[in-house]
Amino acid sequence: MELLLGTGNYLVFFLTIVSVYALLALGLNVQWGYTGILNIGIAAFFAVGAYTSALLTAPATAQPPGLGLPVAVGMLAAMPIAGILALGIGLITLNLRSDYLAIASIGIAEIVRLFLKNEEWLTNGVRGMAGIPRPFAGVEVFGWNAGGALYLGLGAIIVATVFIALQILYRAPWGRALRAIRDREVAAEAMGKNVLWFRLQSFVLGSAVMGLAGAVYAHFVGFISPEAFAPLFATFIVWVMLIAGGSGSNLGAIVGALAIWAVWSVTELLGRIPEEPIAGFGALRVFLIGLLLQVILLLRPQGIIPEPRE
Amino acid sequence: MNSALSVRSISKSFGGLRAVRECSLEIAEGAITGLIGPNGAGKTTLFNIICGLFRPDSGNVHLRGRDVTGQPAHRLFHRGVVRTFQIPHEFAGMTVLENLMLVPAGQSGENVFRAWFQRPRVRREEHAIVKRAHEVLDVLQLGQLSGELAGNLSGGQKKLLELGRAMMSDAKVVLLDEPAAGVNRTLMKTLNAAIRRLNTEHNYTFCIVEHDMNFVRRMCNPVVVMAEGATLAQGTMDEIMADQRVLDAYLGGRRA
Repeated sequence: MELLLGTGNYLVFFLTIVSVYALLALGLNVQWGYTGILNIGIAAFFAVGAYTSALLTAPATAQPPGLGLPVAVGMLAAMPIAGILALGIGLITLNLRSDYLAIASIGIAEIVRLFLKNEEWLTNGVRGMAGIPRPFAGVEVFGWNAGGALYLGLGAIIVATVFIALQILYRAPWGRALRAIRDREVAAEAMGKNVLWFRLQSFVLGSAVMGLAGAVYAHFVGFISPEAFAPLFATFIVWVMLIAGGSGSNLGAIVGALAIWAVWSVTELLGRIPEEPIAGFGALRVFLIGLLLQVILLLRPQGIIPEPRE
Repeated sequence: MNSALSVRSISKSFGGLRAVRECSLEIAEGAITGLIGPNGAGKTTLFNIICGLFRPDSGNVHLRGRDVTGQPAHRLFHRGVVRTFQIPHEFAGMTVLENLMLVPAGQSGENVFRAWFQRPRVRREEHAIVKRAHEVLDVLQLGQLSGELAGNLSGGQKKLLELGRAMMSDAKVVLLDEPAAGVNRTLMKTLNAAIRRLNTEHNYTFCIVEHDMNFVRRMCNPVVVMAEGATLAQGTMDEIMADQRVLDAYLGGRRA
């Protein structure tokens, strides 16, 4: 019974993290999968969403003081705030060629991280923000602590809603215009599509979804610090998830998040088996993820669930 | 005759290369104007300037009397100018049908919020667009390929698809950059018939860059010759062929 509950709790924890990554991968899919925008600064929008929701919802007694608003408000506000950041960045960078945009986005993610680290009055700096409200925490059902499972339910509903909304857009003329831009920008322009405007929309929408992922993450863990938004976990692994899952495919983004996080978690458990910790095991895990990506790209270059073609 | 497009002393240099020099040209409303000239004469550069891909160093472009110099391609499209490309620019990852469905202007489903909240309206429009796309495909005899990815088409079929995209627009001034290059005889007949039909039945104005002289003789009147970045001569094909300057330009004869 103990073991069963333990496994259950672990599974809930695991799937909640997957739902956060699924949102990040869905956001990236709008940018890269639909439009071909090379954003390597996912961490920036993820972090801004998390801090926005944290600052809006934390109690006034917290350090730094929050506004004490409901969690739903924080989550809803995370999207436009991340979107506004994307709008500002996009206006400057989206007319750059994709490789230059990639470089710019790395720099911007670093700027955001340094801002969070240094503006202590707002973010409490490297010590991070504690006391972020965690919905359903401590709720008991028949003596069983159901808080985690309920929050997972909320996460799943959010992922499903975003999935459906993005799927509608993919099939709509909006998505068609983006795919045309991805295939042949010059021809899309010649067919009357305002390429810069469409790219901007795609960038802002994808970033808003990343901001939402940040909010879901913040209210899950209850504590955030700039460390949580380092490039490895907040950007690199999301790219692996989308490419492995199948860029262009929303379902692929979700499946990729699940598959890659499963591999990541299992390799962590493996590391706990020996008595003595293995030196360099962390690096080995990153290597394994990279290897897995290579294998998928060789065997299934379109990803686990390829983009649907009509 | 009225000019649909008039190009007035356009110049454009790329570094030290003067691709177009003081070039002037009138494209008459309702005509099929041929634009010929040896390789490197500046025909495609001139096309790119007219379509807003490049901004000229000097000179201007008027569309029905209105200055449209340097306007971006997407805005010119909405003013009624559409072009095809010398090297086919199909949307390779989209089906033939989708390539056509993309084109019509003013689709409400291109707005995010309408796509989400006015789905019946978007669906109605999509029905109409699918119908129109199938009509275009029938004219071009590409109907059986509607579900094929455009990237899998042959070179000639891609050219037809480009013309199809132009037909999906409401644009009435169509610039075709080497529509006949790499097209086999059977497809060529379809292509010619489609251009003729658009011209006579739907009053489209064409400007066609082409190296295939038989094609130009059959389809175009007037014919404009470009050489070394400027217009050299203009007239019917027979007049052009009798012009010593034109022969010199093509055959590298003595300079006047």
